[in-house]
Amino acid sequence: MGEKVLMKGNEALAAAAVRAGCRFYFGYPITPQTELAAYMSKIMPKVGGTFLQAESEISAINMLYGAAAAGARAMTSSSSPGVSLKGEGISYMAGADLPGVIVNVERGGPGLGSIQPSQQDYWQATRAMGHGDFFQIVYAPNTVQEMADMIFTAFEKADEYLTPVMILADGLLGQMMEPVELPDEIGELPEKPWATTGTKGKREHNIANSLYLQSNELEAKLLERAKRYEIILDKEQQSEGFMLDDAEIVLVAFGASSRIARSAVVKAREEGIKVGLLRPITLWPFPAKALEATMGTAKAYLSVEMNMGQMVDDVRLVVGKDVPVEHFGRTGGIIPTPDEVLEAIRTLNAKVGE
Amino acid sequence: MNTESNSVVNMPASLLSLPPVVVVLGHYGVGKTNFSLNLAYDLAAAGKQVTLIDLDIVNPYFRSSDHVEALAAAGISMLCPQSANTALDAPMLNVAIDTAIEDAQAGSNHVCIIDAGGDDVGATALGRFSKLIKQGDHAVLYVVNGLRELTKQPQEAADLLPEMEFTSHLTATHVVNNTHLMDATDESVVARGIEFAEEVARILGLPLVCTAVPLATEAGSVNLLTPAAQQLKESIDSGKLTCENCYFVRIYVKKPWD
Repeated sequence: MGEKVLMKGNEALAAAAVRAGCRFYFGYPITPQTELAAYMSKIMPKVGGTFLQAESEISAINMLYGAAAAGARAMTSSSSPGVSLKGEGISYMAGADLPGVIVNVERGGPGLGSIQPSQQDYWQATRAMGHGDFFQIVYAPNTVQEMADMIFTAFEKADEYLTPVMILADGLLGQMMEPVELPDEIGELPEKPWATTGTKGKREHNIANSLYLQSNELEAKLLERAKRYEIILDKEQQSEGFMLDDAEIVLVAFGASSRIARSAVVKAREEGIKVGLLRPITLWPFPAKALEATMGTAKAYLSVEMNMGQMVDDVRLVVGKDVPVEHFGRTGGIIPTPDEVLEAIRTLNAKVGE
Repeated sequence: MNTESNSVVNMPASLLSLPPVVVVLGHYGVGKTNFSLNLAYDLAAAGKQVTLIDLDIVNPYFRSSDHVEALAAAGISMLCPQSANTALDAPMLNVAIDTAIEDAQAGSNHVCIIDAGGDDVGATALGRFSKLIKQGDHAVLYVVNGLRELTKQPQEAADLLPEMEFTSHLTATHVVNNTHLMDATDESVVARGIEFAEEVARILGLPLVCTAVPLATEAGSVNLLTPAAQQLKESIDSGKLTCENCYFVRIYVKKPWD
C-alpha cells in the first residue's frame, strides 16, 4: 500500500482496476461515470494497455466478451441507461462462463431519467441483468477506499467462478472525493487454460460460446453453473454490522444510502432508540446469514434505499412475515437526508416500541 | 440554510488586496469550488459586494451552484448556468456574467469571483470572457493540491497550466496552495503541501498567494472545530508550523451524511 491521495470514486475504480491487472477497458461516455473512462484514456497508454471508446455500449460489452475470452482482465463501465444496453452482452458472457468486470454508476431512471444518483438498478443487478437463468456477483462499495479495494476482489472472483461481476455504485459515490490508499500492483495473474489463445497445434480448441444445439447439453451446463452459484451463495456473502448487538430496529442499507443511514443510527441512539445497521457489501449473494443473525433482537426492519423499494424484498425473503419490514426511500435522483431517515426510525419505533 | 456564513474574517492580506475580478482555475478536484466559496464568504464579510460566477459547465456534481441559497443569505450574488440544479447537463452560460464583470471593473466595491470548471476543458468557457476580463485589473489564481492523484509532483501540476491558459486565453498570476486530505488534513499534510506549492510556484515563476488550510468541523456545525482541527490551528497560530499567508478555510463542499 502507498500513501493517501485524494480521488473521486470514479477515478479510484479506474486506477485500482489497472493495478489489479486490467489492461483492456471498453466504454462509452455517460454522466455520472465519465471520469472513469477519462482516467482510463490517460493511463492505459502509459501501462501498455488498451483504452477503447466504442461506438456504443453494446459494442463495448461485446469487446469485453472478446477480451475475456482471450484471457485478459478487462472491464467496462457505464451508468444506468447504458448498463441496460449491456444486458444482452452480459447474458452472453454468463452463458459462455466468461469473467469480466462491469461497473454501474447508477443515475435516476427509468429511461433517460436523471443524471443525479440513484439505487434504482438493484433488481436489475441482482435479478434481471439479462435473459436466461444466470446471476452475477454484485458488490456495493460505500467509500472511495472500498471502490478501490473491491475492484481487486471483483476481478479475483470473476476469474475464480468464471462469471461476470458487477460493481454497483451511484452518482454520489462516483463523483465524491475522499482520501484513498491505492492497493499495490498485483503480481501474478491466474492461469487461464480455457482461454482462446491459439492452440499452436498442441491442444483441442478452446471455444467461448453460449449457443447449445442440444437442449440436454444446455440443461447440463445450467445445472453445473447452478452448483457454482450455490458455492457463491455459501461462501461469498459479505456485510458490515453497526450497533446490531441489541438492535430492536434494524436498518438495512447499501452504498451511499448506508452512509446516510449510519448517521441516522448514531442520532437515533442518542435519543435512546435501540437501532442498528446491517450493510450488505455483496448484493448478490445477499447477506442472508448476517441478516438472520439480527432476528433475535429485531422487532422491525427498515430498508433505506434511493429507490421505490427493491432490496426490501430480499429483506422480507430472509426475515419472513413475523415482524414488520418497511422501506424508506427517496428516488429519481434525490438523496435522503440523515434527518429524514431519523424521522422514519422514530415513526417505526413508535409503532413497535411497546 | 444560512448556517454557512462565516462570521470570522481570517483572510491573509494577500487575498484581501486582490483586484476586483478573480478567476479561479485548476486541475479538476483540487478544490476550486470550496476555495471560491470561502473567498466569496470572507470577502463579503470584509464588506465587499461579491458576485460568485459558476462557470463549470462540464460537471453537474459538487458545484458552487449547490450553495446558492446559503450564499444569498450572506448577501452574495450567484450567477450559475441556467441549467444548474436541474437534471439538464447542458453547456449554458448565465447571460448576466458580462454585466457583473463590467460592474466590478467600474471601480465600485464590487468583486467578481469566477469559479471555472476543471482542467483545460473546464477552462474553455472562460475564453468567451477573456477579452473583457483582460480590459481591467484582474487576478488568475491557479489552485494546486499536492495530494491529488496524478498531480502529486510539482512538475506534473505545473505542466497542466499551459493547457488551461491556452483554452482560457488568460495568464495565471498567482498560485494557490490548496493541498489537503479533507478532514484527514494534519500538520504533515500542510507542511508537505507548502513545500509542494512553493516548488510549483518556482517552476511557473508566480507568487504563492496563500496556503489554504481546511479546518474540519463537527457534523452539523460550521464553527465547532474537531479536536484535530483545533490542534492544527494552534500549531499554525503559535508558529510551531510555519505557514506564510495561511488561509484557514471552511469545508463547505460536503457529503449528504456529513
